[in-house]
Amino acid sequence: MTYSAREMMAVVAAREIKDGDIVFCGTGISMLAAMAAKHISAPNSVIFFETGAIDAQLEEVPMAVGDPRVMLGAAVHGSLADAFAFMQNRTTGEHVVGILGAAQIDPYGNLNSTSLGDYNAPRVRFSGSGGACDVGSFVGRTILFMQQETRKFVPRLDYLTCPGFLDGGNGRERAGLPHGGPEVVITNMATFRFDADTRHMYLAGCYPGVTPDQVLERMGFAVPVDRARPVLPPDDRELGILRNKCDPQRLILGD
Amino acid sequence: MNPGSEKVISMREAVDRFVPDGAHLSIGGFTVNRNPMAAVYEIIRQKKTGLHLYAHSNGQGVDELIGGGCVARLEIAYAGSGRFAPTCVRFRKAVQSGRLQVEDYSNYQMTMRFAAGAMGVPFLPVRSGMGTDLVNRWGFTPEMRQSDERLPDLKLAALDNPFGNWADAPNVLLVPAIRPDVTIIHVQSADRAGTVRIEGLPFTDIEQAKAARRVIVTCEELVPTETLREHPEYNQLPFFCVDAVVHVPHGAFPTACYRHYDYDPAFLNQYREWALDEERHARYLQRYIKDTPDHQAFMALQDPAQLGRIKADPRTGYAVGLDRR
Repeated sequence: MTYSAREMMAVVAAREIKDGDIVFCGTGISMLAAMAAKHISAPNSVIFFETGAIDAQLEEVPMAVGDPRVMLGAAVHGSLADAFAFMQNRTTGEHVVGILGAAQIDPYGNLNSTSLGDYNAPRVRFSGSGGACDVGSFVGRTILFMQQETRKFVPRLDYLTCPGFLDGGNGRERAGLPHGGPEVVITNMATFRFDADTRHMYLAGCYPGVTPDQVLERMGFAVPVDRARPVLPPDDRELGILRNKCDPQRLILGD
Repeated sequence: MNPGSEKVISMREAVDRFVPDGAHLSIGGFTVNRNPMAAVYEIIRQKKTGLHLYAHSNGQGVDELIGGGCVARLEIAYAGSGRFAPTCVRFRKAVQSGRLQVEDYSNYQMTMRFAAGAMGVPFLPVRSGMGTDLVNRWGFTPEMRQSDERLPDLKLAALDNPFGNWADAPNVLLVPAIRPDVTIIHVQSADRAGTVRIEGLPFTDIEQAKAARRVIVTCEELVPTETLREHPEYNQLPFFCVDAVVHVPHGAFPTACYRHYDYDPAFLNQYREWALDEERHARYLQRYIKDTPDHQAFMALQDPAQLGRIKADPRTGYAVGLDRR
């Protein structure tokens, strides 16, 4: 079966979600990944939203985390204060995996979703942190979605909205952040992970038909490629779940 | 704060009395859900200016107030309307052209700032944001902060944990209380005294209301006090916190109101196109807001068939199978 880059990204992210994970979802493709994971490999994962909807039983894909569709069949309708406290809480926070995206990413997995250019007179303004800074600060693992473009993989962010490993090594610890940090970056061409010591990004996997050189051409900084492995394409079952159960209107998957 | 039992007034009077030019205003809701839109449109109709606006993750309400020329300064975590406008259009234009001053926080930070205001403490600690530009980069100048007694002198402050490493936190960030002049929320039900019942997610509405000096509640349904008091466990805000109650069906349109109606994808898509172009946006403001006397007249301009399509299904609380492309 042929498939699109978005479908590949959603399936690759779904595979990262483990059974029993508490999955913090943002908007867009992250919701599809979380929905797909429940059907594919992690039936006991729990989807929750910063808006306070805990274990939402999604029947239709939400268009925003404030969509009333996130309220259906939830265990609890909490407030924002509740939702974020679950991530800051020592017992529950470690079990949360957060899924985030951004306009820019740097070699240590820090994200910019605020602005380009001078912050006080920006060339381009984006939505801002929302809950991203909180999720990146609190939780045990984050999955990051990016488009593979030179202007998005930058050596230095225009604005650091959401912490990854800050300046690398034990940067989080030095800043006083809880432990945790980004686990994987998923793009339309490849996956990246972070070295256990330096916390610098490395190429972990290439999608079918993609070479490490093609990936490096679409980045503003170099990463080691010697650990790169092929990433399996989505199989028919995974695609069927994504298309028929998660997003039949193709609201997120697109045409 | 008003312990009275009869607070029902018109939207025109509520905005006229409680939202003066330059007010520090906070609005409830979240992106495309339960924004107090009827109040937003009335604020634009009354040409309020120089507002200092607070929200956490707000989309349509914030964007229309900015587009209506009402807002001078904004403290916010996120300005977007989901897939309809990942970054709010008029917000983006206003910031990029230097017409709007913004102070950025995270959602949890904003929530804790409203909570601090509600609790009557000057600040609350969070473990979010250390090492980021939310701490390092400030939008408001120190001079602006010092010249307005309704603003704290600092955006936030870092503190070493005075209890050592207790709770495994060597340090925290302190975020200052928000103390709005007025908060406006839209809810499913209220009684004439102002006791509030929100169905579905409350977001941060209750903290926002309790933090404010004045509170305007707009509601889909005005219900008898006895009805709300049969199940007080489902009510969130007591009447004495509330100053004005406005009965306004479809008061959150075009955003959603759980168990009443969905967001209107057609309107939100159309709004984005209007907002992108100065001329089209000006025509929209004139026809839909300035030339209509009230929200009822604004709603009369909407397609009745589409209003039927967004009506909430009783089982799910939203419009099942709605075309949301």
